[in-house]
Amino acid sequence: MTEKPILSVRDLKVYFHLDEGTVKSVDGVSFDAYKGQVVGIVGESGCGKSVTMKSVLRIVEPPGKIMEGQVLLSKRDNPDEYLDITAMNEKGKDIRAIRGGEIALIPQEPMAAFSPIHTIGNQIMEAIMLHSDVNKKEAREICIRALSAVGMSMPEKRVDSYTWQLSGGLRQRAIIAMAIASNPRLLIADEPTTAIDVTTQAQILRLLKDLQQERNMSILFITHDLGVIAQMAQYVVVMYLGRVMEKGPVDAIFHNPKHPYTQALLQSIPSAQKTTKVKLPTISGSIPHPFNKPKGCPFHPRCTRAVNGKCNRDLPSEFVVGDQQFASCYLYEGNEEFVR
Amino acid sequence: MSEMTAINKSEHPERLLEVKHLKKYFPITSGFFKKHVGDVKAVDGLDLYINNGETLGLVGESGCGKTTASRCILRAVHPTEGQILYRNKDGNQVDLANMTAKELRPLRTEMQMIFQDPFGSLNPRMNIFEIISEPMLVNGISSRQEREDRVAELLKKVGLRSEYMVRYPHSFSGGQRQRIGIARALALQPRLVVADEPVSALDVSVQAQVLNLLMELMEEMGLTYLFVAHDLSVVRHICDRVTVMYVGKIVETAPTGQLFCTPRHPYTEALMAAVPIADPRLIQNRKGLPGEVPSPANPPSGCYFHPRCTYCTDRCKTETPELREVSPEHWTACHRAEELKLEGIQK
Ligand SMILES: Nc1ncnc2c1ncn2[C@@H]1O[C@H](COP(=O)(O)OP(=O)(O)O)[C@@H](O)[C@H]1O
Ligand SMILES: Nc1ncnc2c1ncn2[C@@H]1O[C@H](COP(=O)(O)OP(=O)(O)O)[C@@H](O)[C@H]1O
Ligand code: SF4
Ligand SMILES: [Mg+2]
Ligand SMILES: [Mg+2]
Repeated sequence: MTEKPILSVRDLKVYFHLDEGTVKSVDGVSFDAYKGQVVGIVGESGCGKSVTMKSVLRIVEPPGKIMEGQVLLSKRDNPDEYLDITAMNEKGKDIRAIRGGEIALIPQEPMAAFSPIHTIGNQIMEAIMLHSDVNKKEAREICIRALSAVGMSMPEKRVDSYTWQLSGGLRQRAIIAMAIASNPRLLIADEPTTAIDVTTQAQILRLLKDLQQERNMSILFITHDLGVIAQMAQYVVVMYLGRVMEKGPVDAIFHNPKHPYTQALLQSIPSAQKTTKVKLPTISGSIPHPFNKPKGCPFHPRCTRAVNGKCNRDLPSEFVVGDQQFASCYLYEGNEEFVR
Repeated sequence: MSEMTAINKSEHPERLLEVKHLKKYFPITSGFFKKHVGDVKAVDGLDLYINNGETLGLVGESGCGKTTASRCILRAVHPTEGQILYRNKDGNQVDLANMTAKELRPLRTEMQMIFQDPFGSLNPRMNIFEIISEPMLVNGISSRQEREDRVAELLKKVGLRSEYMVRYPHSFSGGQRQRIGIARALALQPRLVVADEPVSALDVSVQAQVLNLLMELMEEMGLTYLFVAHDLSVVRHICDRVTVMYVGKIVETAPTGQLFCTPRHPYTEALMAAVPIADPRLIQNRKGLPGEVPSPANPPSGCYFHPRCTYCTDRCKTETPELREVSPEHWTACHRAEELKLEGIQK
């Protein structure tokens, strides 16, 4: 790809130093997101999806700390130049201009997005005025337009409602309206449909896809649901224990996965398309506790193809396994190594 | 057992459970005198049956009444109306709906529940031995040695080491806690197990392990499952038949393959269309189902689904469709079932 990414996460490491020990939540994560692309980040709970996203916005809560790496965001007016978000003061004005302005977040806990004591309109307007030079009346208009863009009927009326007056589906739409109101270039959606029914989920996914296409926005879409990833993403990043196991175009990840973890994960999901009643292939063992991360490839104790003396000793780098497809696995050691 | 509750052998000896017109209303009261002003009709005339040794899936959006129906069936709550006909070990049907606590007691061991939340459903102050053996103690197995042996055996059955007996719930992962919950449910060798969203809170890889375990145990112990879930992929995988619930009523029941490939109710079709398929080559153009599940305190007229149904006619707005058998083993409650050509899940 000759085009340059809008966001480039490079060898990011985020650790939590606790009394009991150090949790290496994100331990060398790299991926890029291009303009107008939906990048799906998938992995089981605790693998570091949210912490990675919080690092992009510099909202990792203490004692979490970015130890190493870069998060590069292309400049809006000069896409060839990059700002390093990790180098910014997390309370400073640079990051505040980016947060909610250029990069917006749909958080994992929907209740955290709004306060119950202010109307949704006032909260969305406040966010708009923080990022653009408009007065209250103009902000209200932008807000109503955003509410209507997310498919809320009667936006002129709903703008004055409180979250507790809205159903789950409408509340989720209000959160999306707040996120898109300031026209972000990049939207981070952290499990935006995990707590809602499939019927409402289908509507919300459709809405996000439409908005993304209309606005040519980039989306980082985080989920543990492989069905949702297959339907939403163009590029997929598979994480396990704070590391990227494999990344590649969505078709390659689902139809030609290379990493043993991706392969095992895909085999272990039941399918809505077949009546089987047979045992599912499973991944043996369980995800290790974050304090006792295995040495070497983090997946090796559960991997059926692990090479003794190698996988349990050293950390594999990322090898090229296809077009834009990379796997962090020694099985592909002969392949070209990924270098930036 | 009283004579009153024993109804003799029915025409369907293969049915372990037959639920007929079950209702559970929660009264809505108002003011100081708690005046009765209406009802939340959480379960509103439910009909279903479960054959011996099969897994019946119960699906529907949240708020449809799945949990309330399950709790009624196990008599954790007292139903407002209807029959819950259970076939006891002697082959006789008894109606659980109106049994007293004393009459129920001997049957309690035969029916057990597995819960969704592996974190909330285990008492944090009890160790694993106490948790799993509690039902044994309540049912008069007083020898500590016998209980210990049985707990060790149960732990082995669900894939945990017997040394775990002395540990407390907090030291286990979600998947392990769910296994402990399953061991507890199996402690008294039940016949009917009601599992309310047993894998919904688990990660993909753990979910596969627990689903396999449930299937193994079923075979080994001759269990019958009522499997409540909202994930249709999981339901397709594990269930023999599936029943779909909407605002307190059953709208469709069919063998699993039939329900997924040739649904006969518009609500089922909408649910199927919303399932995200894990294959990017099958990009779905899903609109989703507009609107929300109506409040069971104030359900719509006629067919409860009519305000959200794309096939609604005038008749649907006034006349309630009855659940009827449109082909062998395939039941639906839609006026237009015969004329509609509904779409199932893509192959
Ligand atoms: N505030 C925190 N304090 C300590 N550990 C944390 C904190 N936030 C996250 N972690 C740890 O970091 C790891 C990754 O967490 P997270 O990114 O939230 O996972 P995911 O979003 O993939 O489920 C987990 O092991 C988690 O326990
Ligand atoms: N104890 C109760 N009192 C009043 N309403 C209740 C009670 N329990 C459940 N309900 C209502 O009954 C309906 C069905 O709930 P539930 O059985 O939990 O549905 P599901 O399990 O399908 O999500 C909901 O509208 C719920 O609010
Ligand atoms: S009875 Fe009418 S409203 Fe109800 S599902 Fe059938 S077509 Fe739709
Ligand atoms: Mg998360
Ligand atoms: Mg429920």
